[in-house]
Amino acid sequence: MRVRISDDAVAVACGADDVAAAFANAGIDVERVSSWGMHWLEPLVDIDGIGYGPIAADDVPSIIAGKGQSIGRIADHPFIARQNRLTFIRAGKTRPISLYDYYANQGWLGLAKAREIGAEATIAAVLASGLRGRGGAGFPAGIKWKTVAGAIAAQKYVVCNADEGDSATFADRMVMEGDPFMMIEGMAIAGLAVGASKGYIYIRSEYPRAIAKMQAAISASAHLVAPFDLEVRVGAGAYVCGEETSLLNSLEGKRGEVRAKPPLPAIEGLFGKPTIVNNVLTLAAVPWILANGGEAYAAYGMGRSTGTMPVQLAGNIKHGGLFEVAFGITLDELVHDIGGGTDSGRPVRCVQVGGPLGAYIPPSQFDLPFDYEAFAAADALIGHAGITVFDDTVDMAQMARFAMEFCAIESCGKCTPCRLGSTRGVETLEQIIAGKNVAKNLELIADLSETMKFGSLCALGGFTPYPVMSAIRHFPEDFQ
Amino acid sequence: MSAIADILAEHNGQEGPLLPILHDVQKTFGYVSEDAMREIANALNLTRAEVYGVVSFYHDFRKEAEARPVLKLCRAEACKARGVEALIPLTEGQSRVKVEPVYCLGLCAVGPAAMAGEQVYARLDTRRLGALLDSL
Repeated sequence: MRVRISDDAVAVACGADDVAAAFANAGIDVERVSSWGMHWLEPLVDIDGIGYGPIAADDVPSIIAGKGQSIGRIADHPFIARQNRLTFIRAGKTRPISLYDYYANQGWLGLAKAREIGAEATIAAVLASGLRGRGGAGFPAGIKWKTVAGAIAAQKYVVCNADEGDSATFADRMVMEGDPFMMIEGMAIAGLAVGASKGYIYIRSEYPRAIAKMQAAISASAHLVAPFDLEVRVGAGAYVCGEETSLLNSLEGKRGEVRAKPPLPAIEGLFGKPTIVNNVLTLAAVPWILANGGEAYAAYGMGRSTGTMPVQLAGNIKHGGLFEVAFGITLDELVHDIGGGTDSGRPVRCVQVGGPLGAYIPPSQFDLPFDYEAFAAADALIGHAGITVFDDTVDMAQMARFAMEFCAIESCGKCTPCRLGSTRGVETLEQIIAGKNVAKNLELIADLSETMKFGSLCALGGFTPYPVMSAIRHFPEDFQ
Repeated sequence: MSAIADILAEHNGQEGPLLPILHDVQKTFGYVSEDAMREIANALNLTRAEVYGVVSFYHDFRKEAEARPVLKLCRAEACKARGVEALIPLTEGQSRVKVEPVYCLGLCAVGPAAMAGEQVYARLDTRRLGALLDSL
């Protein structure tokens, strides 16, 4: 029998190493693979394609004896069968650092194609795919690449933003831990397209397993992407370094303070040189696009949101995990049909989409389709597509206060609306929670939010008003 | 040669080496001392203020040694939705382990989550967190 258990951080945090050791002690070889992304079932044991989970080490003898309760064929599980897995095509199936597994499962096809058709046609394919930046801003990747390709400089860079700090997001982590060669392939294609010989992957320090796996994969594949050269750089616990200009300063060895734009990083980026800064998921989508064609990717999705989005179902949700799907699916389908509602069994009060800077959305708006423009029209953000589900025990005034507190803790201090506004926001919300001058303080918060939204240099101060004001707008009863 | 000089030598020629150097210094000594900052500043032709500014900007770097074991407990939204705030009294009822907040470990569907060193923990409740604190 062929036994596979994930070595992704979620599986390990839930006890996968003990389960794997129990199989090994019984004399059974275990392949440590990437995670299928069904996090509520981790540790998930895959025996010849049949799944058992969640499993504890004590359950192993009965599974070996054929008496385990299975979830059936994993690939046919409704959570998996309903997805459009393009980026997560290998999830659950390959050993992350095995070049053999990567080759055998459509690896390196995109890079081979890019080398065959050349830089210009590679950029054309990315433009045709309609791929937009998956980090949150949604800027068309092909246009960014074209700008860097057109810039004249002796040195250019490809920088991968792997500073995935938003709560409810883990897709970048899963790519780096589960399929690191795909990232490397995507970056090598980007380097070829724009004429950059050096790439940096900036990974947050909270992801030690992703750092180790990316480094191992870079060493194992250096000869395959040469002369393109890659290096991992490790963050140091600053959320704001997920903002691209702050990330560039951090890479240069400076305080992670935001830079004013212009100049755009595409013109003057790392060390003043033309630089592509793309999110992990953006770069990870590229190998598939090159191998299958931009039009094939654009056939998925709706409107100007083409392709698929690895949605992350998180928080108080029964079936949480990674759900890659074409744009256009509604929140209701994601939260109820796929996610199964709350884990606590209580009613869903709201979801927060897009991490700590995303809006809180009540169930009355769950018909909203996953689409950049539709979300913007509803005063909300897709961001990095993390969805945090809350049940009816949540206190929205406390969540609004936390949004301001988080901004105050993580503000880089460069601009006043963010640095001071966040602290004044915490104080004002505390007054409201204490029942002091509520109407007047709510007016102050609205005014402060306007100032932060339009006066901040980057999304940290600029978007913190989204969770604050959406909480007040949709749940006024929590602020009385 | 001092241990810091060894670290500096390893990063010779690297682009933008300050953060990698600081990580290595902290890994070796557990913190970044004033002496270390002075030596790094000299080697990189920076002012001490510039190096201090970087050390103090990032949450990861410590300017003093921490003798206690450290547990980073996630206090971000997804772990709040899964009940981490109810575990706080337990962490405050002891002082043997330094419990620090962290904002997201990427384990957002199986929280409350925590990390000690490079080891990650999930599905924490009072019993499991209590056992974890005792084990550190």
